[in-house]
Amino acid sequence: MDLITPQLGLLFWQTVLFLLLLFILTKFAWKPIMAGLREREDSIESALRMADQAKLEMQQLKAGNEKLLADARQERDRMMQEATTMANQHREAEKARATEEANRIILQAREAIQQEKNAALAEVKNTAAQLSLDIAERILRRELADPAAQTQLVDSYLKDVKLN
Amino acid sequence: MKHLLLALCFFFTLPSFAVQHETSAAEATQSENFDPGKVIMEHVADEHEWHFATLGNEHTGTHLTLPLPIIAYQPGKGLSVFSSSQFHHSADGTYNGLKIEEGHLVAEDGSKVYDFSITKNVASLMLSCLILILVFRAVAKGYRTRQGSAPKGAQSFLEPVVVFIRDEVAKKSIGPKYERYMPYLLTIFFFIWFNNLLGLTPGAANLSGNITVTFMLAVATLLITLFSSNKYYWAHIFRPPGVPLWLLPIIVPVEIVGIFIKPISLMVRLFANITAGHIIILSFISLIFLFKSIAVSPLSLGFGLFISMLELLVALLQAYIFTLLSAMYIGGAVEDHHDADYQMGYDDGSETTHVTH
Repeated sequence: MDLITPQLGLLFWQTVLFLLLLFILTKFAWKPIMAGLREREDSIESALRMADQAKLEMQQLKAGNEKLLADARQERDRMMQEATTMANQHREAEKARATEEANRIILQAREAIQQEKNAALAEVKNTAAQLSLDIAERILRRELADPAAQTQLVDSYLKDVKLN
Repeated sequence: MKHLLLALCFFFTLPSFAVQHETSAAEATQSENFDPGKVIMEHVADEHEWHFATLGNEHTGTHLTLPLPIIAYQPGKGLSVFSSSQFHHSADGTYNGLKIEEGHLVAEDGSKVYDFSITKNVASLMLSCLILILVFRAVAKGYRTRQGSAPKGAQSFLEPVVVFIRDEVAKKSIGPKYERYMPYLLTIFFFIWFNNLLGLTPGAANLSGNITVTFMLAVATLLITLFSSNKYYWAHIFRPPGVPLWLLPIIVPVEIVGIFIKPISLMVRLFANITAGHIIILSFISLIFLFKSIAVSPLSLGFGLFISMLELLVALLQAYIFTLLSAMYIGGAVEDHHDADYQMGYDDGSETTHVTH
């Protein structure tokens, strides 16, 4: 029965000392310990959050880089295409101009040739007329000297003319 | 911290050596009739001096005792303070009109005596308070010196326990208002655990197995529960939701009795578990003297060792259960939601999670 009878003195000391213990531990142990725990947990959590954020930023950066690269590639392709088109146009235009020039030169040459030909023909005509006049003169002279020889000469001339 | 532990080890190995002497010495002299019931009850009960061992005959041999202060208040005489060793100095065991009878301080003339003595249990209580303060101040210092970095030493050993009490006991049982009750929960947990362990050291007092101590702790939990209770708690008691009106005359008294049954169960559970453990260990040791044969000693020491190991577990377990149930009772009182009562039983706390929101 002694075992389950509360003792007054012990109850008094237990109450006093337990409250004192509660007070001292709360002030000097539990508060610093809980604060330290919370602080550490907060710092770990914030570090984790920061790491996550850094990862996200990295991803964004990478995506940005890729976009930039793609843009640059596209720009290059566009420029290349433009340059090709321009070169083609240029070449076509040049070709057309050259053809035109050539045609013009040929035309000029033709005209010149025609002119030269005309001149030459005129000269030939002139020479032929001079020659005919010369022959006719010589025939007329010979006729006066000897009629037989005259005939012979005419014959020979005719022969020559035939040969011509 | 290391030095402190070393000092404690040294301190507690001395009486452990001495207590072996005590029983064997007692047996040697009292071989004619050994009363295990008396010896065991003497060991689990309180006394006015700290008795470690007796060398030689009980009446003529040397008693290794630590005399403790006697503080008595008598209504007519006032306060008297003296050492308990004074009782041994006088021939009839009386001093200042007071004497010890069956472990109680009584007046010679039979008048009323209020005994506020520093008994073995009070001395043990003071020692445990000192240990708790030294240990946890050292732990708290660790958080200052190693701010934000990993714990070390005693800090790293006790921190998981503190975190467990916070996360698994307080947060789950009390909910968002847990922080206010953390100092109390941590204090009762470590107070009970440390005193359970101190009680297991040979020669030490059986403090946490004393009904006065468990009574005070249970009353503390009851008072905290009542003072932090909200209207839902009382609404549940006087107007339980979902109970038909005609049942109220039965349910309401049951609920009111329940308020007091809960702390009583706390008180009895801790007291009975710890005292029973001590009684079992002492019973196994007593077997040697009952059979008066050394051949029994391997068996009884083996069983005693086994029970001691079990008691190490019980020491922690009872501290945990007391703390968990206290947290649940407080949680039931501060809960904003009506269905808090739903978790107020003696469950293991595993289904309390959905109550906290």
